[in-house]
Amino acid sequence: MTSEIDRALQFNRTALNILAERQGLLAANIANADTPSFKARDIDFASALKNALSNETTKLTANSTVPLTHTAPKHLGGQAGESIMGAPVMYRNVLQPSADGNTVDMDRERAQFADNAVRYEASLKFIDSKIKGILSAIQG
Amino acid sequence: MSLFNIFDISGSAMTAQSQRLNTVASNLANADSTTSADGKTYRAKQVVFSTVPMGGAGGAGVRVAAVVEDASPLKKQYEPAHPMADEQGYVTMPNVNVVEEMVNMISASRSYQNNVDVMNTSKSMLLKTLTIGQ
Repeated sequence: MTSEIDRALQFNRTALNILAERQGLLAANIANADTPSFKARDIDFASALKNALSNETTKLTANSTVPLTHTAPKHLGGQAGESIMGAPVMYRNVLQPSADGNTVDMDRERAQFADNAVRYEASLKFIDSKIKGILSAIQG
Repeated sequence: MSLFNIFDISGSAMTAQSQRLNTVASNLANADSTTSADGKTYRAKQVVFSTVPMGGAGGAGVRVAAVVEDASPLKKQYEPAHPMADEQGYVTMPNVNVVEEMVNMISASRSYQNNVDVMNTSKSMLLKTLTIGQ
């Protein structure tokens, strides 16, 4: 059951969820800046948002499964890679590869992290002003 | 994974980086130790980082997988008057490369600062989330 208020907030709520998830990914990239062979990862925000809005029932961190044909009982299920809101977690393209196989570009990660934080706060502001609008409609 | 997991992720990285800083301190302190508890010349120690899954999809923390001893050859120094000198008058000195250790130290402290920054940003995001509708 979705009420009018629920619908009014749904878009920003979804965006907020994805931004929070992405913030975690970027934090993991920054945390692993010195780990050998670590590959920096990120999601495509636009496709995650589109996915989440088209399918409201998508769980927060549901792993999408690819159905495989089983011809023997011992065959594995075939789990797809990690995904956030139905958008696959992808590896970053490397601009300046390092000798130890680490692909974290600190400048890029920090920039993305700051960008994502500002977007998160913007979404918060939008939700806030929507709630204020609804409240003033109720209270007059 | 929620924003709270960022504290775990950055926290693990901070622990790992401070352990790295610890080995740097121990290496620099022992740069001239010709003998140690086991009677052998001190060898430089290095930490090995590895990724550890943390908090749902995409979450990746850091842990120190091992502390390894530097396998590079020990330095020989001609010092016949030294009590640890061998028959030819050479003293075996640790293989600590002071320049390398200083670089390691700066790198570790910068990475540590980065993670502190990440934590502070996430904390302010969480606190702002708590003020929705107020």
